[in-house]
Amino acid sequence: MSEQGMRRVTAIQNGTVIDHIPAGSSLSVLGMLGLLDSRRTPISLVMNVPSKKLGRKDVIKVEDRELTQEELDRLAIIASNASVAIIRDFRVAEKRTVELGSELVNIARCSFSNCITANPREPLPHRLVVRSAEPMELRCAYCGRIQEIGDLVNHLI
Amino acid sequence: MASLITMDDLTNEEIISILDIAEQMLPIARGEAHTPILAGKVLANLFFEPSTRTRMSFEAAMKRLGGSVLNLGDVSTSSVVKGETLFDTMQMMDGYADIAVIRHPRQGAAKYSSDAVKIPVINAGDGAGHHPTQTLLDLFTIRKCHGTLEGLQVALVGDLRYGRTVHSLSGALARFGSSLTFISPSSLSMPREIVQDLHKSGVDIVETEDFLGSIESLDVIYMTRIQKERFPDEEEYRKVAGIFCLTAKDLVNAKKDMIIMHPLPRVNEIAPDVDSTPHAKYFEQAFYGVVARMALLCRLLEVDVQEAIE
Repeated sequence: MSEQGMRRVTAIQNGTVIDHIPAGSSLSVLGMLGLLDSRRTPISLVMNVPSKKLGRKDVIKVEDRELTQEELDRLAIIASNASVAIIRDFRVAEKRTVELGSELVNIARCSFSNCITANPREPLPHRLVVRSAEPMELRCAYCGRIQEIGDLVNHLI
Repeated sequence: MASLITMDDLTNEEIISILDIAEQMLPIARGEAHTPILAGKVLANLFFEPSTRTRMSFEAAMKRLGGSVLNLGDVSTSSVVKGETLFDTMQMMDGYADIAVIRHPRQGAAKYSSDAVKIPVINAGDGAGHHPTQTLLDLFTIRKCHGTLEGLQVALVGDLRYGRTVHSLSGALARFGSSLTFISPSSLSMPREIVQDLHKSGVDIVETEDFLGSIESLDVIYMTRIQKERFPDEEEYRKVAGIFCLTAKDLVNAKKDMIIMHPLPRVNEIAPDVDSTPHAKYFEQAFYGVVARMALLCRLLEVDVQEAIE
């Protein structure tokens, strides 16, 4: 995390720091991690701070919770370049990156209203195939529709 | 065992092999030869939306080869109306049949079904998605008339947005080096997924609303119906209904061997006076659905046709 980002929020003792989130996306990231409705987890948010890598970026600190690699990989849709540090006793214990696999399973639903997966009672997993990482192109594994990346946060599972 | 969901499930060599087998099936489809190579095999015909040609030609194909057919029948009399999921319906098919053919109003239903069962699944149309067995019979017809699938000038006309036949056909033709002209009102243009994939494959595409501008250069005109049932809004349908109508006098400047195809049913996009011209191939095309599906069934059920016939 950059020093400017650090200065804005105090260090955490234990937890997870997610850095290099595209500016303005941090609320979506919290939504994807299921943390928006959390009333117990202390969360610090820094938005639109200068970044050498991204120009502007957001930073999130989640206290007392170590996010799993599986949870972090959900962020690949909107923050594929995010870097993650697991903090233990004020020190960086582990560094992780968000990994975009070949398929996103049960992370978001296909946004096409006539897709077979739009029936909430159908039990098979929701699968979005990564056709291209840069620029990101996701298609529903069933109906083949290209997914609007910006709209996916509205279809998170 | 493999399924056929889109044409991407087949290589060019596999397509040619299926067309070659289909050619051998012609006497059997006409009832001139009796070769029960699918005896003991059961096909489940699962049509969740209306069909005449596809359902009946699958049934004819299976029966001509000695197999049996289970029909889902009228959806309103099945457990679907009680709220059964497609997943559950498909589980039964694993126990009842050796292969399933599915047509469903929802896009992706065929792929979903194939993921739900062990038996091969054939996509007979999933909403506005794909219709690969129509493409096999279309390719058979084109090869029969032109002697090749390569390097042809083909125009796809009408409802390219919702028309699943043209979604499957365009990609297959591109793979054999055809140049494609997409003729449609802008509101019914080819979906961006299809166009994007075609551009990536390097094929020449022209998109236009000019119906007859390039007729003299074409080898194939593939007409499609504007599908009222796929429009979310009837007013939008009325704006484009009847926009293209091919008549015999439009064909004056066409090449002698140019063929007119249509997946049928037609409404008013091909005038009846075209039927008697040598260009009209749509009824012949519909018959070829039987042989194309016979060949496909043999392939997916892993029956060695050469060995069985000899």
